[in-house]
Amino acid sequence: MKRLEKNEALCVGCHQCELACAKAYYKVEDPAFACIRVEDGWDDAGEYRSTIHICNQCGKCSEVCNTCVIQPNAKGVYMIKKKECVGCLMCVGFCPEQVMVQSDERTEPSKCIACGICVKVCPTGALSLVDD
Amino acid sequence: MIHICNVPRYQAPSAEELAEMRKHHVLLRSFDYERTPIMRGYTDKILTIDVGEKSAEIADIPAEVKEKFVGGKGYCLRYLWDAVNPQTRWDSPENEIVMSPGPIAGITQYGGTGKTLICTISPLTDIPIDSNVGGFFGPYLKFAGFDALEIKGKSEKDVIVVIDATKGTISFEEAPLEHFDAHVLCEELTALYADDENDKKNIAVAAAGSGADHANIGMLNFSFYDPRRGVTRLKQAGRGGIGRVFRNKKIKALVCKIDGVKANLNNAYDFGLINKTGLKFHREVANNDTKQNDMRGVGTAYSLRTLADYDIVPTHNFKFGDAPGIDEMTAAVFKSDWLTQGAADGCWYGCSMACAKASDHFLLKTGPYKGQRVCVDGPEYESAAGLGPSCGIYNPQEVLEINFYCDTYGLDTISYGTMTAFLMECYERGILNKERTGGLDLTWGNAADDLEMMHQIARGEGFGLIAGLGIHKQKEYFAKMGWGDINEMNDFGMEQKGLEYSEYSAKESLAQQGGYGLTNKGPQHDEAWLIFMDQVNNQIPTFEDKAEALYFYPMFRTWFGLMGLCKLPWNDIVPADNALTDDPKMVPEHVENYLNLYYAMTGNKLDVDGMIRQSERVYNFQRIFNIRMGKGLRANDAIPYRSAGPVFEDEYLWREERYDTQLVELAGYTEEQVKNMSLQERMAATRKYREAQYQTLIDAVYPKRGWTLGGVPTVEHLKELGMDLPELLEVVEPLLAEEGA
Repeated sequence: MKRLEKNEALCVGCHQCELACAKAYYKVEDPAFACIRVEDGWDDAGEYRSTIHICNQCGKCSEVCNTCVIQPNAKGVYMIKKKECVGCLMCVGFCPEQVMVQSDERTEPSKCIACGICVKVCPTGALSLVDD
Repeated sequence: MIHICNVPRYQAPSAEELAEMRKHHVLLRSFDYERTPIMRGYTDKILTIDVGEKSAEIADIPAEVKEKFVGGKGYCLRYLWDAVNPQTRWDSPENEIVMSPGPIAGITQYGGTGKTLICTISPLTDIPIDSNVGGFFGPYLKFAGFDALEIKGKSEKDVIVVIDATKGTISFEEAPLEHFDAHVLCEELTALYADDENDKKNIAVAAAGSGADHANIGMLNFSFYDPRRGVTRLKQAGRGGIGRVFRNKKIKALVCKIDGVKANLNNAYDFGLINKTGLKFHREVANNDTKQNDMRGVGTAYSLRTLADYDIVPTHNFKFGDAPGIDEMTAAVFKSDWLTQGAADGCWYGCSMACAKASDHFLLKTGPYKGQRVCVDGPEYESAAGLGPSCGIYNPQEVLEINFYCDTYGLDTISYGTMTAFLMECYERGILNKERTGGLDLTWGNAADDLEMMHQIARGEGFGLIAGLGIHKQKEYFAKMGWGDINEMNDFGMEQKGLEYSEYSAKESLAQQGGYGLTNKGPQHDEAWLIFMDQVNNQIPTFEDKAEALYFYPMFRTWFGLMGLCKLPWNDIVPADNALTDDPKMVPEHVENYLNLYYAMTGNKLDVDGMIRQSERVYNFQRIFNIRMGKGLRANDAIPYRSAGPVFEDEYLWREERYDTQLVELAGYTEEQVKNMSLQERMAATRKYREAQYQTLIDAVYPKRGWTLGGVPTVEHLKELGMDLPELLEVVEPLLAEEGA
């Protein structure tokens, strides 16, 4: 299965991954339109750190879809057949990592397709693509 | 536990069979039409079909009709009124079936937004019935260009009507080889009209079933194609005999075909607000459902055990409210043994509540499909309680089989369950016996003979013809035959206005007694489901609270029927902090959601008062429609005593302590007096007290609704609502003069 992997210990919270993803697919540098989400804040131990939310191709989006338009491809990456999608947004609402994107400019949501754009722009190697 | 990923796909009808069916189709007549695009939830067009004349006409819906009647049930009642006269009965050719999905129906982003409302003059009540249904047909009708469909006339031969929005045609066809029972017929028509497998989701079918040919309790199924299972599934416009009217018009099925569903076919005023509101709702369901009602896991049957703990589940024809057998059909049992888990079981797109559960590859043990494995929808709470405990049946397999046959035969599970329970009590009391039932042994819990009775309904033979009448006409028949006493049967026959009760024993909830008795269509929880609020959560404790609730909630809930919305997502899931709000029972955040959806769709701002105003117009119109048709006055709001209290001795003794205590605490007797009273005296005192309470309730509710104590809407109230229409005044003014109002 081809998927994104994270190493939060290396994340410096620069948000380049979010901006690159949003720019590539929505032509805006706005984290709200990225299929990856980085949260910065104080943890329980009192340390300031970044938490990365990525799509691990868990398939929850596919499970909740009653049109069956989100299916894994040969590499195990869940893809949305946009032509058939009714834009109900259940997949967006049920995504355990909340990394699917909804835009009012479009009638269908989008999800991570493990393209690796975020990996390329990550300056610390906190993100990687694996194929296992 | 059965998970959807382990459920094999269902087998489609064979290509050879389909080809043979297609070969025998006869095109009787076809019309071309131009599809009107939807603007802000409306097409402002109505399609009128005459199945006798085989004609189709498209007309504009006037602005004043839109303003006063809004859509959905409002449109249905308006057009039905215009079609019929006071002498019209269910089988008159001018009687219509009118259906309308409502302006919000067909959005895909929020739970429960695919409802269609259907009205007709009912064979059970002789007044307008309204029933709501999920599935594809209503939204597809709107996508095909129509806010409403009215069907009139009678065909000589069985006919199907096909609205093909992809070609812009409306056609009348004969389809003689297709089956009549809905689960097969809908599957066949879906396959026949789809271009290919992927296109099946673009086909909607409405069909009744062979039982609806013979039974006044006949209902109408709406299909929805389930691409994951590869099967056409069904939802039901159950109440009031709409399927009987459908079949009496010799309509075999309606088919609607569209290009496909997309996110904004309604052309909303503010698409972004719909997205935002819907996404918030989905997240709420994702986070809270398993902690709240687990609607995604079990559907509405989750509540059986809880309700039984409050003596609310009707057992043995509402005689009792709990039985140990209910433990055999709890949510846990259905979930572990019967209902497929993990499936996206919405009956319309975007319903994350997903309560349309299914039992997959269910093996049938009786009837014409014996030995076959089928997809059984539900059982919903009403079906489970009515077909099960009310008839003394506690075996989930039996309940599912009865549920399946009700659906495919086109019989309303609620009426069938309540009616069968009545017949079983008649059997117990000697009003019926084997000789009179043609050999059927209708003792409590005899599911085999219960099913045989239903198969006889479908075949139109034997006792099935009597069973198909519904309780009201059965009582008259049994009395006429000298089998039973009409007064006694009136006490325990759970019908009012001719409609069978839905499945809540209201003895300990005065608000629910009114919730059933003071409805327009007959005793149905759709209008005022107050029992949970009243008896379980004690949120309307005072008499005044109850009376106010019986004004407000019927209006509030009517609004869902104007819009094309399901009520379950309103309060079967609530925001995590709902308990902290000013009025948790109203679920304020969800009300805000609905107001946002209305605004986002139409561009018109609405508040709760405006919502109630929209409903009140239609509600009073329906009340006056009832009066026009011969019912709708105070006398017609009387309820069978069993709905309010114990009719027979064993029924009183079952909760003797409770009733005795109430005589002291509520009815004004001393403990000493009660101790010295015979059982019959205590029963009579209980009855006197409870019947008086109900009358006092009516005295409080009618004025709140703007009605006289006789139950007639006043002219002042109609004026205030902007509903002082000449045709309404013509009905009420003579009655108001009689009453001196």
